[in-house]
Amino acid sequence: MLVVGIEVLIIKSYEKNGILVPEDLKLPIDKHLKKGVAIIECIQEIPCDPCVAICPVSSISMKDINDIPKIDYDKCTGCKRCVGICPGLAIFVVKVLDNKALITLPYEFLPIPKAGDITTALDREGKTRGTAKIMKVNRSGKATVITIEVDKKLAMEVRNIRLD
Amino acid sequence: MTVNDIPNVRTCITPLKDDNIIYEQDRVGELFDKKFKDRKRKKMDTDITVVGCGPAGMMAAIAAAKQGVPSILLVDENHITGGQLVKQTHKFFGSKEERAGVRGIDIAVELMDEIKNYNSIKFMLETTVVGCYNGKKEHNLIAVKRLNEGDRLLEINSKKVIFACGAMENMLAFPGNDLPGVYGAGGVQTLMNVYGVKPGEKVLMVGAGNVGLIVSYQLLQANVKVDRVVEIMPKIGGYHVHAAKLRRCGVPIYTSHSIKEVYGKEKVEGVIVVRVDNKFQPIPGTEEKIPCDTLCIAVGLTPSIRLIDQMGAETEFIPEAGGHIAVHDSLMQTKIKGVYIAGDSSGIEEASTAMIEGDLAGISAAASLGYDKNSQKLKSKCKQALVGFRSGPFGEKPRICKEKIACCWDRGVNY
Repeated sequence: MLVVGIEVLIIKSYEKNGILVPEDLKLPIDKHLKKGVAIIECIQEIPCDPCVAICPVSSISMKDINDIPKIDYDKCTGCKRCVGICPGLAIFVVKVLDNKALITLPYEFLPIPKAGDITTALDREGKTRGTAKIMKVNRSGKATVITIEVDKKLAMEVRNIRLD
Repeated sequence: MTVNDIPNVRTCITPLKDDNIIYEQDRVGELFDKKFKDRKRKKMDTDITVVGCGPAGMMAAIAAAKQGVPSILLVDENHITGGQLVKQTHKFFGSKEERAGVRGIDIAVELMDEIKNYNSIKFMLETTVVGCYNGKKEHNLIAVKRLNEGDRLLEINSKKVIFACGAMENMLAFPGNDLPGVYGAGGVQTLMNVYGVKPGEKVLMVGAGNVGLIVSYQLLQANVKVDRVVEIMPKIGGYHVHAAKLRRCGVPIYTSHSIKEVYGKEKVEGVIVVRVDNKFQPIPGTEEKIPCDTLCIAVGLTPSIRLIDQMGAETEFIPEAGGHIAVHDSLMQTKIKGVYIAGDSSGIEEASTAMIEGDLAGISAAASLGYDKNSQKLKSKCKQALVGFRSGPFGEKPRICKEKIACCWDRGVNY
């Protein structure tokens, strides 16, 4: 009997729809989230390493330029520098407070909101997830980096804002 | 199209002027008018001519100047330098040496500033190279410079030539693809990012490669609604991070979907999309009618090799390169001695690798003229960087492409 090679194609859900699920990521534990750490939502081997170069405490490491960045949550200080440098806009800093969460994200749209503004919080699918209060706007780097405050349980879901 | 009696003009990249007379052509036209024949030409001599002022061409000119080549000519048919860089408002991937984290549009400025530092580099814009001939010692390039008072014909005698001509967008065949409102993604980017013109109000994007994803995001930034991205393959071809940016703005991506037709009377009024099976055949009954005024097509690029082909360089069809390309060695020299290629015209890839290839071609061309400052070390550094870029899963296509080219070249012996 002749056996011909069978090609098995497994397509991950994010490869089809562009949306990550928690299982795709190595998420920090509560201790780290209280301190505030960078969540790197970069799961493909693409040739890119500015996050490694900019980290002041060497918490992000890569074997070579195509490796997936790995973060040491113990070392990460949540300084947010990687958020502004990441070309893929794939890094977010999440800090969990008592019943709120602070999410720092890159924002490349106009107009740029100001601290105190109330905006619509959006998840990875662009769906509305309540409101996000603008806490801080940093325009000093190559990208505008905004810190928002959302409900604590949305810390791992909200990844964008919309100004209405 | 025929413009002012000149046939075969790409009107999409030709500046519109008041007195332009434009005709449609249904076949390749011939220049019939005597007024173009036997015109006087201005002669120029130079060591290296670089055709194309995009990332590869600019880097090639800079690299050659750094090596000490006294006379370098950089020509481009556009009215601004930078090639595709000027449209790239996103931050570049890569590492620090390749300007990672810097936006393409800023890289264009950085490179131009560097070029202006060298008196040895002369650049001519709005200059189209229309013919190349292989002389005994030198290469002859015929170019047309567009001036307000008319065109000037140039004959450039150059010891070495570097072609960094880039690529052309691919088109899809479907009913209605000639309606106004059907654009290539590069055209949309030019309108938006170079001229500040909104291409439409509601766009449907075809193609979920990096170009389709990035241009969709740029459309959102320009306050244009993007209804969806359709992709015929079962998975998204571009980087996940680009897809994620779009998704969190609420733009859906439909994989295993394609376009059936565009409808509209005078212009695009809507698009019919359809799901496809695993053999890419439309599944009847899955058609969906989507009203929109713009269809943007981002289905890949084809290397521009017309000039080098005319020169008689050996070419080969390599699917991973995006079409026919000139066979070249690892130092970017083609089978014609003294003629080099770099960037997309040597195989479709990223701007980052185009810059490294340009660097390599510039150093190689300079070294062959006897201008050599540590060129062995620099060349191996470039080669190493290229290997690094092409070693990941997204570098597979260019990796295969370059391996095939190596096989074409002396059966891989001197590669």
